[in-house]
Amino acid sequence: MTIPANLKYAKSHEWARLEDDGTVTVGITHHAQDLLGDMVFVENPTVGRQLAAGEECAVVESVKAASDVYAPIAGEVVAANADVEGSPESINQDAYAAWMFRLKPANPADLDGLMDAAAYQAHVESEAH
Amino acid sequence: MPKATDYQLPTTNYQLPTTDYPLSAQQMLIFQHARPGRRAYAQAPLTAPAADDLPAEVLRQAPPPLPEVSELDVVRHYTGLSQKNFSIDTQFYPLGSCTMKYNPRACNSLALLPQFLARHPLADADTGQGFLTCLHELQEMLKEVTGMAAVSMAPMAGAHGEFAGVAMIRAYHDARGDAARREIIVPDAAHGTNPATATMCGYTVKEIPTDRQGNVDLEALKAAVGPQTAGLMLTNPSTLGVFEKTIVAIQKIVHEAGGLTYYDGANLNAILGRVRPGDMGFDVIHMNLHKTFSTPHGGGGPGAGPVGVSERLRPFLPVPYVVQEQDSYRLARMADCPQSIGPMSAFGGNMGVLLRAWVYARMLGGKGMARVAEFAALNANYLAAELKRAGFDLAFPERRASHEFIVTLKKLKDDTGVSAMDFAKRLLDYGFHAPTTYFPMLVPECLLIEPTETESKETLDAFVAAMVAVKREAEGQPDLVKSAPHTLPARRLDDVKAARELDLVWKAA
Repeated sequence: MTIPANLKYAKSHEWARLEDDGTVTVGITHHAQDLLGDMVFVENPTVGRQLAAGEECAVVESVKAASDVYAPIAGEVVAANADVEGSPESINQDAYAAWMFRLKPANPADLDGLMDAAAYQAHVESEAH
Repeated sequence: MPKATDYQLPTTNYQLPTTDYPLSAQQMLIFQHARPGRRAYAQAPLTAPAADDLPAEVLRQAPPPLPEVSELDVVRHYTGLSQKNFSIDTQFYPLGSCTMKYNPRACNSLALLPQFLARHPLADADTGQGFLTCLHELQEMLKEVTGMAAVSMAPMAGAHGEFAGVAMIRAYHDARGDAARREIIVPDAAHGTNPATATMCGYTVKEIPTDRQGNVDLEALKAAVGPQTAGLMLTNPSTLGVFEKTIVAIQKIVHEAGGLTYYDGANLNAILGRVRPGDMGFDVIHMNLHKTFSTPHGGGGPGAGPVGVSERLRPFLPVPYVVQEQDSYRLARMADCPQSIGPMSAFGGNMGVLLRAWVYARMLGGKGMARVAEFAALNANYLAAELKRAGFDLAFPERRASHEFIVTLKKLKDDTGVSAMDFAKRLLDYGFHAPTTYFPMLVPECLLIEPTETESKETLDAFVAAMVAVKREAEGQPDLVKSAPHTLPARRLDDVKAARELDLVWKAA
């Protein structure tokens, strides 16, 4: 299973990365794309939208199912990746390169409330049947 | 745990067709048979009809681009297409959550009586007492078999019924001035129509998880309810093929929070005549007559999604529904029930589907309905037990199956690379419609299998044999399974391209 050590993770299978400029980049994990299968559609939140932690803010749709993506922490959307909307399959190719949107966190310390790689690995295993 | 190799194949031998399918996919369209000048002369008009009374701008300038074919071409083409169908009439169809059972021919024949067919939807009640008697009897039978206080048969599909049901929940809260209730709770195993319905009715959706045994997570439900809760939508037995054992506790939690409970009738076939949603405490339900009551499901054709309600939701029922006045029947309209959520369509439901359901219910009677559920459960549990014995992993091995159950192929995928999708495609080569794949999503590499009550033990055994055969192929020749189907008119379709670049219009090459 691919779970980079430098990222933070939400239970709902989003990854989050703190950038040098203080923004937080968000995508879905390798595990999430593996469950969903071939991606056919991505809808990102609009720039400027204020998100609460855990709010439904984006949609990824695969040949199997449409799935909501949740904001891992609260903040304002400052960028959305149009490339990933144009090429949803890029999430299947590299879920950690194919970021979806960037947030300006309401409170940067909120990141500490997310899981690290080891905790996320344990979470994925606990969900497996 | 027995090994797959211990399993004795039933004596039925499956011969895989060895030749390529006789008609290539290139011959699937009638335009591809066309030759210039060819006609079905016997059916062509001898003279062009006069069109001089029509304005010039609406007259076409060139003949329509119809396929140029003979009468025999047309007969062969469409007969050939019909023979390519996977259908209940030709094959076992264990498509989980769809209840693809046999629908007795008698139901259709009687619903097609000319006296029914010829009735105009706006005809007076005076001239339609026989017809209204049938509808009223069906309404009463549905009330009895579901344990609800009142029923309206106005909705014309399952999702239409869901919409009516949640609209009634909303009308109830609105009528009480309880406008703060903006949220509908839906378990993560629910059909996708549940959150869609709640959203269509202006609610936000709160999803709650399922516990290890496939039940609603009660602690999560307790944490989710509050003054914002309008209601809970629940399928029981759930889409995981297990009965919600804690249904009484679930009802208490939602009702004490001031919410209403909605029963999604998708799996009513499993409990028909044995357990009643009304007795479980549900406030509103919908039924899929096109699954449980003798109309073919899944064809995209007309359906019927009657709704049933508890006493407190009765005033909000959609119109029209049949009311009895002394010795006669008539349709109740808005004037009779001012708090109704209104009509669901221009007229009043899909009468053909309702008539088939009436015939079916009359043929079964109360005892027959209970046997539907008993045999649906027996067949599902037999099939689950046999597949387990043959080395398949059940998603909930400690639970008794309701009317369907889940096999997870995760271990097979990890060991061989063969996915549930590959497996399903290969089953087609063995002459079986595939089970539902990848639903519910919370079980990885899942097949949701629903045999229904109308299949024989021999058919179920043959299906087990095919499952075992495909599993052995996956273990020995995975590429054979990954490239299936090999014997159908179309091979593996590009579902990514189909989803992203949907194009249904034929163009000449």
